[in-house]
Amino acid sequence: MDNPSQRVTREDLLLFVNACFACTGQKEFYSDGYGQRVSLGFLHEYIAGNYRTLYARVLACGVNHMNRALVVRQLLATGKTFEREPTSHRAEENALITRTIRTLPTHRAMHLLEDLAKKGVNNRRTRAITKAYLSTPGPMAFRAVKYRRSFRRAAFHNHTKLEGETFTFFARGWKERSFSTPLFDAFRRAHYSEKAIYELPYSVAEGLAARRGVAREVFLGRIEPQLTQNERIRLLSSGTEALGKASRLDWARQSPTRVATYLLSLGPEEREARKEELRTALRLSAERAARVTATRFGKVACVVDRSYSSSGSSEKRKRPLAVALATVAFLRASSQSLSVHWSTPVDDELLVTARGTTDLATPVLAALRESPDLLIVVSDGFENDPPGVAGRLLEAGQRLLPDAFVLHVNPVFDVESYAPKSLSPRIPTMGIRDAEDLPTLVAFAKLALGRSTLEELEKHLETRVRAFLDDEEES
Amino acid sequence: MKAYKKTTVTLEQGGLVAGSPQTMGAVRLVPLLRHGAPGDLRIARRGYGRTMGVVGLDGRPEDPGLAYMSYVPHGFVVSHTSDGTTASLGASLGSDVFDARRFVKLHHRMVKREATKPSGRARTATDGDDTTQRFRTLPLHLAMEGFLALQFSGPELTWSDYSEQAIRSGLSPRAERSVSGAYLQGLEDALRTFEIADDQVGVMVFVAEALASVFVLSHPDDYRRLHLSLLEDFFGELLATYAYFFPETVRSNPGFPTNPTSIEDLERAVASVRLDLREEAELLTSGLFGKQVTIEAMRTFAPFTLERFLPKFDLSEECHIGERIVRTDGTLEYMKTFRLSQAQVRRGYLLGKLAEAEWNLDDAAKRLSCTRDELVKRIVNAGFEYLLKRHLVTAALR
Repeated sequence: MDNPSQRVTREDLLLFVNACFACTGQKEFYSDGYGQRVSLGFLHEYIAGNYRTLYARVLACGVNHMNRALVVRQLLATGKTFEREPTSHRAEENALITRTIRTLPTHRAMHLLEDLAKKGVNNRRTRAITKAYLSTPGPMAFRAVKYRRSFRRAAFHNHTKLEGETFTFFARGWKERSFSTPLFDAFRRAHYSEKAIYELPYSVAEGLAARRGVAREVFLGRIEPQLTQNERIRLLSSGTEALGKASRLDWARQSPTRVATYLLSLGPEEREARKEELRTALRLSAERAARVTATRFGKVACVVDRSYSSSGSSEKRKRPLAVALATVAFLRASSQSLSVHWSTPVDDELLVTARGTTDLATPVLAALRESPDLLIVVSDGFENDPPGVAGRLLEAGQRLLPDAFVLHVNPVFDVESYAPKSLSPRIPTMGIRDAEDLPTLVAFAKLALGRSTLEELEKHLETRVRAFLDDEEES
Repeated sequence: MKAYKKTTVTLEQGGLVAGSPQTMGAVRLVPLLRHGAPGDLRIARRGYGRTMGVVGLDGRPEDPGLAYMSYVPHGFVVSHTSDGTTASLGASLGSDVFDARRFVKLHHRMVKREATKPSGRARTATDGDDTTQRFRTLPLHLAMEGFLALQFSGPELTWSDYSEQAIRSGLSPRAERSVSGAYLQGLEDALRTFEIADDQVGVMVFVAEALASVFVLSHPDDYRRLHLSLLEDFFGELLATYAYFFPETVRSNPGFPTNPTSIEDLERAVASVRLDLREEAELLTSGLFGKQVTIEAMRTFAPFTLERFLPKFDLSEECHIGERIVRTDGTLEYMKTFRLSQAQVRRGYLLGKLAEAEWNLDDAAKRLSCTRDELVKRIVNAGFEYLLKRHLVTAALR
């Protein structure tokens, strides 16, 4: 059993992990982006100040990219405390940071380095890490061209010595006579010839094409091979015709949440018309996610909130609903049997809309009647029809079905409580960003229950750290 | 000014059921639900931009005669059929454009019949069949005008106590203050985050547990479209004060059995919670529903009647003015109410007593069981100083 101080540590840490899964610092249905960032910023400082070792280990937990970048920034910015840490911890922290920066998407990593420069963080460790990242030989030219501003700022701030053509590229840019690095040279030539534009990354090419007055359709048609997966998805709605109908996009390789987000962005007519295609895409992607995470659940009942508040905000359009839809798909692919109960019944999941009041009582009762092994509730925690009843029902259900595990996953971070809003204090609530994180969340939720101890939590974290760092050795 | 027939009736909730409340800050919104609205009465919004509105009460607004002036951001177009078939919605295309050149929007009467077929335009398929009739009304202003017009003509006998102005033009100009919904702290957020139920036709707005307004339409689709128009409506000053001083409402936390033994137990508990909430809503609206009001029928269009109502001005109770459309079977098809502030209730009460005493000050003082000087003070405090001769006021205030 934990003593009080261990208990506080355990609860603080779980609160933080939870926030790191859900919060993206963007506007939500019930709160603005500024509040979210202030609330999250406080949490980061508090946890980093009090539990530095555990704070660094959160990097291995699979929290969302934005929070991983924030953790790295916080760790690098507090060099003084770092000096006081024992050597073994320092080695581990360094390994975690290096590995994280390498696994972050390029734009996150580049913006993180720029951010450190903006904040004036300048110590030996930061310099070394920046240098190592910027001078990775393979992707260096790509990073230098696509993220010119961030690259320059990070490099200059950290006194990173730019070797050979990279230096010329930043000193003289496209005015240099010629480059032997193909991408640098393409960038140079693109200022004189339209043909070279299409050898550049999309976001760089877009500006140059606009300057040259290339028609949008022509541009999209020719830049198509250069698009990254995410750029391709983003352009799907606006530039389908120019990109060609079968623009090479393998939906099965995308995460279910991404597929669900795309699906919900379509209007009702298009969804109706492409129903079977979308259904297959969602199924394949969920099956792949289940396979990759090696998840197997037993008899599962899922209660899903599709009330008006799941329409999200202007910054996160329909995100909660997309997470809910993806969770359903993921559970269907990874469990023996699944029964789904929506807050307002739907005829066909693919045509689901964010509409109606949050009546969780009726679907929770229906779910309890199935006596499942695992009961997952996906909701933003704001329940109003009737208010405050679903939590009580879940508590009572937990007592009536002692073998069942009840978990509330919440895609929305609540500013005031520094955590995703819970339905009941006795039911574990976990923040969720992507549906495929569900197995991780179930593991954490079991630790969040009163039965577990800090020791168990630390052991769990250590295992994850080892797995996270071992991955690197393999790859 | 046209006089309407007055009757006294009890206000009813007319076939609507209260749903579960949604609370946000100081504001609690309780949905009103109606199953199977027939759709023979539809209401659409017509925007007038951010202009001042002048309504000619007797006829055309540019002709001499009584006028009502206020900020009128929108009107409602009521489309109805008399044979129970579905009414086609009134067209309101293009009217929401703000015309910067025009600073005052002139309106022809509070309630105005609209041409079934718009003039100057060839009939199109969207005009629908000819059974649909339409009229335009200015929501809530209709009720407010009724309140302002109370005893508007002033003393009928030329008592020597009253000023020249009172004898010549009665209470004119008569003014009241209200607060726009946009200035009611927390209302915007509450409306934005409110989740509209599928068969919801209305809402009851509570500010710090006080009933601010009841807004009912006939059809759920119309409600969904007009939900945010509440923000443009006006509310009692009292409620702005309440919203300022009590920015957080206690969320109702329904009772729940502590030790249920079966799923059926839980089902019963949920049902009882829903019932409790409904009863709570009824309790909180007892200041409006179930009260005696004086009704003026503004327009009869079988099977409906458009009416406005005034409460019995009772200083110890909350008073609401409002307007409604009722079907002959008592179903509420449209309603908008306004909570009067204490000062406004006092004015209504005082004018009522004066009229009862045929504006004789001594008689009225007796009815109010006070002295004549005290009555004069009350009249001055109510803002009607201009009705009395100057020397009376100075003598009373000395």
